[in-house]
Amino acid sequence: MSIAAAQKKGFGAVIWDYLTTVDHKKIAHLYLFGGGFFFLLGGLEALFIRIQLIKPENDFLSAGLYNEMITMHGTTMIFLAAMPLLLGIMNAIMPLQIGARDVAFPFLNSLGFWLFMFGGVLLNCSWFLGGAPDAGWTAYTPLSTTSPGHGVDFYILGLQISGAGTLMGGINFLVTIVTMRAPGMTYMRMPLFTWTTFVTSVLILFAFPALTVGLFLLMFDRMFGSAFFEVSLGGNAVIWQHLFWIFGHPEVYILILPAFGVFSDIFATFSKKRLFGYTAMVFATILIAFLGFMVWAHHMFTVGLGPVANAIFAIATMAIAVPTGIKIFNWLATMWGGSITINSAMLWSLAFIPSFTIGGMTGVMLASAVADYQYHDSYFVVAHFHYVIVGGVVFGILAALHYWWPKMFGKILNEALGKLSFWLFFIGFHLTFFIQHFLGLMGMPRRYWVFLEDQGLDIGNLVSTIGALLMGVGGLLFVINIIYTSVKGEKAPADPWDGRTLEWAIPSPPPFYNFKQTPLVRGLDPLWIEKTEGKGEMTAAEPLGDIHMPDGSILPFIMSLGFFIAGFGFIYQVDQKAWLVAVFAGMGIALACMLIRSLKDYHGFHITKEELEREAD
Amino acid sequence: MSHDHSLNPETMPQEPEKATLEGKNKFLGLWFFLGGETVLFASLFGTFLALRNSTADGPAGEEIFGLELVFLMTMLLLTSSLTSVYAMYHMKNNDFKKMQLWLGITAFLGIGFLACEIYEFYHYIHEYHFTFRSSAFGSAFYTLVGFHGGHVAFGLSWLIAIMVRNAKRGLNLYNAPKYYTFSLYWHFIDVVWVFIFTVVYLMGKVG
Amino acid sequence: MTDNTNINSFQKQKNKEEMKKQLITFALMIGFTIIAFAIVATEAMDKMFAIPLLLILAVVQVAFQFYYFMHMKDKGHEFPSMMIYGGIWAAILTVAALVAIVWW
Repeated sequence: MSIAAAQKKGFGAVIWDYLTTVDHKKIAHLYLFGGGFFFLLGGLEALFIRIQLIKPENDFLSAGLYNEMITMHGTTMIFLAAMPLLLGIMNAIMPLQIGARDVAFPFLNSLGFWLFMFGGVLLNCSWFLGGAPDAGWTAYTPLSTTSPGHGVDFYILGLQISGAGTLMGGINFLVTIVTMRAPGMTYMRMPLFTWTTFVTSVLILFAFPALTVGLFLLMFDRMFGSAFFEVSLGGNAVIWQHLFWIFGHPEVYILILPAFGVFSDIFATFSKKRLFGYTAMVFATILIAFLGFMVWAHHMFTVGLGPVANAIFAIATMAIAVPTGIKIFNWLATMWGGSITINSAMLWSLAFIPSFTIGGMTGVMLASAVADYQYHDSYFVVAHFHYVIVGGVVFGILAALHYWWPKMFGKILNEALGKLSFWLFFIGFHLTFFIQHFLGLMGMPRRYWVFLEDQGLDIGNLVSTIGALLMGVGGLLFVINIIYTSVKGEKAPADPWDGRTLEWAIPSPPPFYNFKQTPLVRGLDPLWIEKTEGKGEMTAAEPLGDIHMPDGSILPFIMSLGFFIAGFGFIYQVDQKAWLVAVFAGMGIALACMLIRSLKDYHGFHITKEELEREAD
Repeated sequence: MSHDHSLNPETMPQEPEKATLEGKNKFLGLWFFLGGETVLFASLFGTFLALRNSTADGPAGEEIFGLELVFLMTMLLLTSSLTSVYAMYHMKNNDFKKMQLWLGITAFLGIGFLACEIYEFYHYIHEYHFTFRSSAFGSAFYTLVGFHGGHVAFGLSWLIAIMVRNAKRGLNLYNAPKYYTFSLYWHFIDVVWVFIFTVVYLMGKVG
Repeated sequence: MTDNTNINSFQKQKNKEEMKKQLITFALMIGFTIIAFAIVATEAMDKMFAIPLLLILAVVQVAFQFYYFMHMKDKGHEFPSMMIYGGIWAAILTVAALVAIVWW
């Protein structure tokens, strides 16, 4: 693919380009649109849940459908919306922030995306094939092992496939950050978003295998008659809970840490100050990740692990408040005395601080094992985790999208629409979830499809539903903003926000080789240093020369398709052994792709110096 | 810039597996992957340890495990680890033929190991009616040991693929990292086996 | 290019010494394995004593495997060892939880 050929292409060629691309920026686009699609789907499911709970004993959804709705809402939002949106932003920005031309494993990057996409599609196929999973997003055994139909089977295979993709993404980011930093970009000069990407990837690496094993055990029990969770044959249902939360709790930090990185970059940029306490921020991130691995049993306080175990996990959980507090104060101190610009990106970031702090505070309340017996499985928990996940992660994603949209797509999102959607969403969010704390304390259990009249829950649930509708309108306005911007939006300059980090030193959107010449980094906030010293642009670390780029490939798509087919085979071979054909065919396709990948040489291609010079004119 | 041409002793870098950026990436990527695999196997070991006495009136480990076969399997796999070290030694000396030879021996020992394992499973199922479905212990045993066996099988296919692919063209900077990462993976399989024979078989025999 | 042959012979010598260490490692590993099997086969020890000993033998053997066979002792392995130790830490937590606090 030469540069000239990239300019004008037909529709089919664009599709083919995206199917075969290994360019991290295009894969980021795919992640963002895939994740965005599932986000809307999950949002719709949330609205259905809230409509069902708008009044006592509502019959908008049947009990079974309600169970499917809550399961799919949770699963979709965590695995198919929040994670891929974050992976998309990491993909788009992290290589630019370290001055790299691509990621370490472009092929794996593409494979990771397609595995996620096919896993997500497989999971959602369940809606049309006899019912979605209905055992909750945590799929606790024995409920999940005895759930009739194929719903939970779709959950198992869908998450197994998309989880493999995430693990690849994590390894890829780790290696990229270790080996591909530009000259001078030492670890302690990396922007906070790159740091949090790094730490998040470490968490992905160590957390996802536990989920993989848990899902395998569940799969063997449901499909092949093993007895891991079958008590009559000596199995133990608590093993699932441990494996799920050994993954599940780090997963929470996998979601929130990148958001922390986003806010750190945004606060510094729009306060025109370097990040306060950079070193403390880095170590707080690492500490959160480290402690985050030792707290999973706080989801299991009421299981009966015993007072010693409960006490250890309670204390470890409370300890996480310390590094998180360090971060909150550092963000406040970054803004202190700064020259602050308030735009949409900054609004989301500012709103994050109080919202997330409320979530953190209820988190410390929940961490107290004794009190947790009262809160457990009530709406108090629902309120808590929505405050951290919406108030932290979703705000972070929206802030990042506003902040980096010009870099990723070359156009600035409309400010008026952005602010309007922010206020609607922000008010709706607090309306929805603040009252749920009190509903929970009044004794409303989570996951129940109806509540009774005159128990003091009517008004609260009505308010909550109204809030959810407002959030829906806010979210819709954001989508309208995207469409409006892509049609009418102004073209973005290379550096619309007077940025500090390397991604603002190259055009928006960047050329597919990112940096014509690898930049020389002279300190933290490298572009800002050059600006304050009057130069305004990066010094090149190398003479203009040929650039080596990786080959595109359709193999990741076909390989993921193979796993997708095999997934159906695994699910249906329980009813009909003939479906084993699909298992063998699907795995055969996937393994054949691996073999081709292994045997064929991929040397990539070069963009010559002459082409680059012509580009400059 | 192309890595297509083979190496000769004059142009040979000291560590051909890490001489290119791609090689360095592969090297680190595989190591990090092994870090994740550690947790994968830990989850399987943990499950096994939790369920090791859940025999549900079926056969227990001490009744069925035979130490002779396990010892033979251990020797096969440990030796194959050494032979792959020899192969990497010859890679660093740029002696392609000897490298392929030692890798061939490695593959041979690996196949031997796998054959023993298949025989072992067959034996348990037919002699003792000890299956994947007979108890939680059975499920945990076959899953843990089977996952390891699956890793061996995958490693063997990987090894044979790169050996056949590069048989005629010799060592170069493009395929050296592939050989080296394979050898790391193979050692890791051995590491897992050390814990399997200790935790599953020896501790199972002790009780 | 002429002095390359010298470097190469020096390098070859170094590789050879390295290989000697690997052989010693292998011999030790085989030795440990035989001891471990012998403890169990001869039933020489009480269970309370045998199990910790077996585990120690396994851990030492694995350390040899990592540090010598997989070269974790060499330069340029800072990140690999970091990730392996991270994995081992997560592994210890996982195994400890599944052994100690699985409720029946």
